[in-house]
Amino acid sequence: MLNFLEKNLPKIVLAPTTIVMVICMYGFIVWTGLLSLTKSRMMPQWDFVGLDQYRRLFANPRWDVAVDNLFIFLILFIVIALVLGLLLAIFLDQKIRVEGAIRTIYLYPMAISFIVTGTAWKWILNPGLGIEKLMNDWGFVGFEFRWLVEQDMAIYTIVIAAVWQSSGFVMALFLAGLRGVDENLTKAAKIDGASTIQLYWHVILPLMRPVFFSAIVILTHIAIKSFDLVQALTGGGPGYASDLPANFMYTFTFNRAQIGLGASSAMIMLFGVLAILIPYLYSELREKKS
Amino acid sequence: MSSLKLTKYNIGRTFIYSILIFFAFIYLAPLYVMFTTSLKDIEEIRSGNLMALPIDPTFYAWKKAWSSACTGSDCRGLAPYFWNSVRIVFPAVIISTIVGAFNGYSLAKWKFKGSEFLFGALLFGCFIPFQVILLPMAKLLGMLGLANTVTGLVLVHVIYGVAFTTLFFRNYYVGIPTELVRAAKLDGAGFFAIFRHIFIPLSTPIFVVTIIWQFTQIWNDFLFGVVYSGSGTQPITVALNNLVNTSVGGKEYNVDMAAAIIAALPTLAVYVIAGKYFVRGLTAGAVKG
Repeated sequence: MLNFLEKNLPKIVLAPTTIVMVICMYGFIVWTGLLSLTKSRMMPQWDFVGLDQYRRLFANPRWDVAVDNLFIFLILFIVIALVLGLLLAIFLDQKIRVEGAIRTIYLYPMAISFIVTGTAWKWILNPGLGIEKLMNDWGFVGFEFRWLVEQDMAIYTIVIAAVWQSSGFVMALFLAGLRGVDENLTKAAKIDGASTIQLYWHVILPLMRPVFFSAIVILTHIAIKSFDLVQALTGGGPGYASDLPANFMYTFTFNRAQIGLGASSAMIMLFGVLAILIPYLYSELREKKS
Repeated sequence: MSSLKLTKYNIGRTFIYSILIFFAFIYLAPLYVMFTTSLKDIEEIRSGNLMALPIDPTFYAWKKAWSSACTGSDCRGLAPYFWNSVRIVFPAVIISTIVGAFNGYSLAKWKFKGSEFLFGALLFGCFIPFQVILLPMAKLLGMLGLANTVTGLVLVHVIYGVAFTTLFFRNYYVGIPTELVRAAKLDGAGFFAIFRHIFIPLSTPIFVVTIIWQFTQIWNDFLFGVVYSGSGTQPITVALNNLVNTSVGGKEYNVDMAAAIIAALPTLAVYVIAGKYFVRGLTAGAVKG
């Protein structure tokens, strides 16, 4: 008996986590998936109506806006954060004297919650008293900056705040990558007469491929889950102009009592994450095998 | 010739330094603005601008944010919610870290048929958008009688934090030579003895990384907080958001900023004290299993 216990201890230790995982992750996903096939509104009820909720979802202009916003946000956020992070990492990798201090400054926003970031930027971008007034005071009379309250521009304020928060992290990823580059390689390239720019473009950047890859996956993940930033910075407004899918899901599930519709939007978010995650994990596994 | 080269080098260096310092200012600016705004009174905010230093610094906004600002209809300031967050964070961090350590140890050094699959399945939990579990979890908390309670939030954070903590410990323990385990087994040591006498003493860094990661994640959480808390049990992020969006009387930007700094202070302090481990956690989260 004791022997049996001793032999199976690892399994016993892992059992609670496994049970909770099966229920609270996979079980719940199935539950939400099933719910998205019903006409539940206020309370879950199990009249199945096929893909009706998904049809309603795709016909909903608010969902359209949220998805469009996600793409705008995703692309700008990822591209700007990557470029900025990479450049800062390269500059910081030039034997800078106060590197530690600068690195600390670049990265501290990552320790702050999106709610705080949103609150801060909401004040900075305040039309009237924020950056607009600062520029006017500094002599740029007539300078206007009202993105926060403009239908078409509100989503870009989310990009600004998110880049501010996450680009330091991308910098740290790239810096770690750059530190891992074999010095002999750079020396050899220099002996061959490569200029610094050539060196980075032809030798070092290709080596950073895995870093680009993981940075993109992480940033995508942050972007898809960005719910708090929108909530704090624009509240999804003006109107619902800066909603992201996560905010749509929250509003319809918890404020509008349309949980079937909310569930279908959550499932679409899950599929979106999977579409990015599966190729990533697949290539990771392949790399490991070879 | 060499002096020409030197100047060229110097121009390059100056350029690099100015870019780096410029961006340091950009990153610091919001913190500066928050802090200076929190020390101004509302008159000065209206007449001055973002970058202006406070002429007559006052702690009025800090006091109000802490003890009398309104979040919705409740005007007790952030203090009660700050303590809610503390009461959520501590148990959640401790429990999820301990569970993660045991899980990681088992998965790394006591492989059995299916353990790799189990790890993969768990890893998936680090990536799912939580929207997909929000509703059923609310149902479950209701059934357990934990809806709108601090205990319920602790439970949720533990459940969805364990995927990360397990990942951290597992990846760390994989690097500890299996020969050590084999030798100890020959000496008659069992599962727990090996963990206690060999692994725990080697684990300080990974414990620090995991605790910091979990602390930051849970303190900064908003989604679970806003969905699973009720009036009086909200964590500080939710209270801050309510405070900023409550407009009783005029908008007090100084109070908003003081409140935001209060909400950010614990994680900022951890970052300043243990930045190295914080970064390691971030990149460990990025590193695949």
